[in-house]
Amino acid sequence: MVRFDGIGLSYSRAGTSSRGTPGTEVLHDVSFVLPEGGFHWLLGPSGAGKTSLLRLMYLAVRPTRGSLTIFGTHIETAERRALPGLRQRIGVVFQDFRLLPHLSAFDNVALPLRIAGRPEGQIRADVSEMLRWVGLAQQAQVRPAELSGGEQQRVAIARAVINRPSLLLADEPTGNLDDAQAMRLMQLFREMNRLGTTVVVATHNESLVARHPAPALRLDHGRLLGRH
Amino acid sequence: MAVLRTRRVLRPAGFDELGLRRALADRMLPFLVAAMSFLAALTMAGWVGAASLARHWQQGAGSALTVQVPQPQEPAAQGGGSRLARVVGLLSGTPGIVEVRPLDDEELADLLRPWLGSGAERLALPLPAVIAVRLADPELRLDGLAGRLGTAAPGTLVESHGVWIGRLAKLARSLQACAGLALLVVAGVAASVIAVATRAGLAARREAIEIVHGLGASDGYIAARFAGRATLLAATGGAAGAVAALPVLLALGSLAAPFGAVQPGFDSPGGVLAALPAALWLTLPGLPVVSAVIGCLTAQGTVRSWLRRLP
Repeated sequence: MVRFDGIGLSYSRAGTSSRGTPGTEVLHDVSFVLPEGGFHWLLGPSGAGKTSLLRLMYLAVRPTRGSLTIFGTHIETAERRALPGLRQRIGVVFQDFRLLPHLSAFDNVALPLRIAGRPEGQIRADVSEMLRWVGLAQQAQVRPAELSGGEQQRVAIARAVINRPSLLLADEPTGNLDDAQAMRLMQLFREMNRLGTTVVVATHNESLVARHPAPALRLDHGRLLGRH
Repeated sequence: MAVLRTRRVLRPAGFDELGLRRALADRMLPFLVAAMSFLAALTMAGWVGAASLARHWQQGAGSALTVQVPQPQEPAAQGGGSRLARVVGLLSGTPGIVEVRPLDDEELADLLRPWLGSGAERLALPLPAVIAVRLADPELRLDGLAGRLGTAAPGTLVESHGVWIGRLAKLARSLQACAGLALLVVAGVAASVIAVATRAGLAARREAIEIVHGLGASDGYIAARFAGRATLLAATGGAAGAVAALPVLLALGSLAAPFGAVQPGFDSPGGVLAALPAALWLTLPGLPVVSAVIGCLTAQGTVRSWLRRLP
């Protein structure tokens, strides 16, 4: 499913890993394999490289060195046109939500389905059901700026899972949620994992990890300390 | 193709995920494209006018000689018959001349219209006969021809105009080439304006583009959003420019009318249509189409090139 083999990543001054002069390396010799259908925590202090590792997994950057394989495709050598299809199979919950401010909650959640070319009738049914599930049925036509932080995060979660992704990545997904909502979210992740989705959740929340024991990738200073 | 059509049907009308209605605003770009379209319409009028003149002059250059015979029906000084018939006979028998054609009354009236108006025939002026002569070679020298004609019909004038008509035709062709070049420049400026607007839109919507890109949108998907918007705005501008140019072209057409074969009357049925050459009526509606194509292709190219910076 996901294979890191001696991966190094450095950002250029242009902000990507592939253009301009390479800068300081933020990930060093990272190697691991995530089997299909696994659930993993991604742990480590701030600046350890968790977000960079996730960015590699959701194909926002390509590795500077090493070999990265996702869904059987070698990312470092894959053609650009091969990547959109892979991205459509990956759901991401961003720490800063990354919602489109000019679209309603409904249209934000519907976006991955529209990009994938799904029929509008199916989109309406799926998105309405998903918004009901995250408790935002009444706010379907509301724009993100009018929603609270927790509500925006739920929209972001709904958008990440609406496409039933094969790989689900979450960066501090419970940061703006109360305990009850966090529990509900973990239930959703567990349920998706049970249905076959590979899940990786980056978090600082040790109590959340303690309540939901699972294998963990632990990073420090850009190095993988090991799997626990 | 079938897939594309299906996707277009499925997308909700007006769904603007990249917020391009604000990023590519509906005022400045159409205004600038309208200005380009206006200039293109005027340049096309120049092209059509120069082409028409070149055609007329080239036809004239074929008749490299014009012979005027005053009092054409009077008896000739030599050889019997009328002066006109004698001159035609002499010309027809001259080696190197392939056609001798006396102009009829209608053609004479056409020639005189720019100076005397459409009622020249009513003035009862003693008009000479005019004979159009076509030579096998426009450069052919016919030494002594004028003398022989003058002897047979005194007062006959021979005017050779092949050389300067040829030069005028070359000038007209040069004007056409300049008009073509100007059209290319106008199209290039229009494409540049659209490229700059698209780049500004890309900069303004960078974050939205990165989000949509991260959700699995292909370069073609994102470029199509920009191209759709740019096509609409460019077509609007192109249509506005063509409409704005129409009264100017009609005014120019009415000024140029006395030099043409047909004098249009704006009050007569079809007068407005006749005021402009058919070629202009056919190409004016093409301006919004060409503007739309330039807008679409430029936006596609600009966006696809920009997207290459993303992984």
